[in-house]
Amino acid sequence: MALPIYASTGQRLWHYAFRIICGLILFYLIAPLLVIIPLSFNAQDFFTFTPEMLRLDPAGYSLEHYRDFFTNPDWQGPLWNSLAIAPVATLIAVALGTLAAVGLSQAHVPFKGAIMAILISPMIVPLIISAAGMYFFYSRIGLQGTYWGVVLAHAALGIPFVIITVTATLVGFDKSLTRAAASLGAGPARTFRKVQMPLILPGVVSGALFAFITSFDEVVVVLFMGAAGQKTLPWQMFIGLREQISPTILAAATVLIALSVLLLGTLELLRRRSERLRGLTPV
Amino acid sequence: MADATISGGMPTGREARPVTSGPMLAADGTPLRASLARSLRRQKLRALLLIAPLLLFILVTFVLPIGDMLLRSVQNGIVADTLPRTVAALSQDASEVPGEPVFDALYTDLVIAEEYKRHTQLGTRLNYESGGASSLFRGTGRAVGRFETSIYADQLRDADPAFDDSAQWAAWMADPGNRDALPQTADAYDAWATLTTEVHGDDPAEEDVGDFVYAALYRDLAAGSRPPAMPAVDVSGFETVTAKELFIDDDDAWGEPAIWNTLRAFAPRVTPGYYLNAVDLQMTPDGIAPRAEGDRIYVQLFIRTMVMSMLITASCILLGYPVAYLLASLPMRSANLLMILVLLPFWTSLLVRTSAWKVLLQQQGVINDLLVWVGVIGNDGRLVMINNQTGTIIAMTHILLPFMILPLYSVMKGIPPSFVRAAKSLGANDWTAFWRVYFPQSVPGIGAGSILVFILSIGYYITPELVGGTKGVFISNRIAYHISDSLNWGLAAALGTILLAMVLLLYWAYDKLVGIDNVKLGG
Repeated sequence: MALPIYASTGQRLWHYAFRIICGLILFYLIAPLLVIIPLSFNAQDFFTFTPEMLRLDPAGYSLEHYRDFFTNPDWQGPLWNSLAIAPVATLIAVALGTLAAVGLSQAHVPFKGAIMAILISPMIVPLIISAAGMYFFYSRIGLQGTYWGVVLAHAALGIPFVIITVTATLVGFDKSLTRAAASLGAGPARTFRKVQMPLILPGVVSGALFAFITSFDEVVVVLFMGAAGQKTLPWQMFIGLREQISPTILAAATVLIALSVLLLGTLELLRRRSERLRGLTPV
Repeated sequence: MADATISGGMPTGREARPVTSGPMLAADGTPLRASLARSLRRQKLRALLLIAPLLLFILVTFVLPIGDMLLRSVQNGIVADTLPRTVAALSQDASEVPGEPVFDALYTDLVIAEEYKRHTQLGTRLNYESGGASSLFRGTGRAVGRFETSIYADQLRDADPAFDDSAQWAAWMADPGNRDALPQTADAYDAWATLTTEVHGDDPAEEDVGDFVYAALYRDLAAGSRPPAMPAVDVSGFETVTAKELFIDDDDAWGEPAIWNTLRAFAPRVTPGYYLNAVDLQMTPDGIAPRAEGDRIYVQLFIRTMVMSMLITASCILLGYPVAYLLASLPMRSANLLMILVLLPFWTSLLVRTSAWKVLLQQQGVINDLLVWVGVIGNDGRLVMINNQTGTIIAMTHILLPFMILPLYSVMKGIPPSFVRAAKSLGANDWTAFWRVYFPQSVPGIGAGSILVFILSIGYYITPELVGGTKGVFISNRIAYHISDSLNWGLAAALGTILLAMVLLLYWAYDKLVGIDNVKLGG
């Protein structure tokens, strides 16, 4: 929407005003994340910029909160718990989810609508309700407060994302490729491994990333389902925010922001690769 | 295609067999139709086999728990399980304060419940419905073991020393004739024997039989039962106590209709009580009535949740529309660059964004510092932006804004720019071209984004909990409170079910409007 040269003053004014408005809204979106990064290097236990920081005095900055984050068992325990729970939950979600997505993409699936609705339901049901139901049910069967209880719950929450991303890649999948493989003598398992899997891999990986971040970020379900032994990073942050807020939380937040930048970059690369493979070059 | 006939040409050797008009055959000689049907069946089966593990997994880990919650919202076994005899006796007695048989049953039930330590749970449960029930059950539970019913045991032992012999009791109670003649005694003895084995780990044939069993035996004998295999005792001259008096002596509340009405109302195993509570009503003997003024919080909380979600949705539309418009109209390269600004918050941990707002909005936080520094407000006039509704709305709009921008963007991408140009060439000014041509085509995007944001926000828990204070909390926070603090799980389940119904209704609307398959993730 470049401004035409014949635009009137009013149009010109509106054009720039609109861009400024949009700029402000984008600023609102990104500023909170950008503000906490420098604050996490604060040498003092304040949650605001100290005069030293504003003068860019090196004395105003320190890595103290990062040191605390990486040495304090209050933070390291939860970090390792998160790292022990998320990959296993992701693995379950991806393995079962990919298989089911392949099944769902077949030409004739009975009750497809109903099955899809059930598989997607963990994404639609508000987390607090999932958490409540799981808490009631898992305590009945003795899984409440155990590692596997949390892992199973998180896998269930991650599955819809795997289903959605993998089915989306399978929509563009050329069925004649599997037929060609079969006609050349490959069995179904080999066809899947050698032909189908490499082509849907971007979808599987982005589904896995979604499932991972769902588990890694999840706090409501783990608050109810977990015991102290399953305290995860978001849980620790939640407690920190609710009770006594310590500046280490900002260091933890910055680490998590770095992680999401990494994830976003990976996803973007995957999207480009997938589009290139399917012959959809971005304009 | 049912009949394939060969027409024309000389019959060759291969066609020597008689040509018949019949169903077309597959290579293996079965009819083609059957063969196709079989292959289709096999395909369906294979698809289902691939889906089955996940479907099973979701059913067990997710659907069953939700079903369990629905069940809990109406389930009410505790009265019938803890006081089975009382409930049975109460169903025979319609008076406001029931008669002696109900109190006798309550005495037996409460002694047993006290041994199992179940009476306090029952008290807690009934306390949700009628204040004071908790302390009533706790107090009487403590006292019931010391009730003056031991006089029956003493008098029976005096009448015949055999009544002091535990092994003798076990033998009597194994005799079918005795059991038929002494129904109350048999029932009480069985309960006592189970209790002795389960709670104390002792052998009933060696322990002293409980007083309440003697009391039951006295009642049976006084009613004129003549057990065949037991010494005959004349109980007409026995000194008596009545359970009703003992209970009312212990606590006057037992003589009031209130507790009995509550017990009657919650005796059934299925109750609408939790749902009624969830909409600020309660069950009373005269039917359904509003709760006490001070307890009416849920309808207001549901309304507040809806209003705040609408406000958040509205601010998301207001902020999301211009950005989506800009992104859709910019060339791809710059749009992708700006898209990062939308996607980065989308991908960042919810807790990170919530902590950012907590830090920014504090009274000693960055925004207040900035405003004081600029001079808009004085140092003593710092704005309160956290722990109230403002804080919740600011933070949640920020968190949910990408969910508005992304569907809007994908709809706007599909609006051909030539339409607006055509409108302008036909004489429309900028505003008319936008409002009459562009905007109507972007409405589906607004609809999709709004429903998505609204669904997400009415179920939010974390952000309102952390920045909402007391005025900015949602219904979810109340559900969490009932699960982990007040332990009123039934009410939590009822509130959750109502919320779930609301979300599913909206989701159904979303499906009608946009289709589930159009859910896009990350642009």
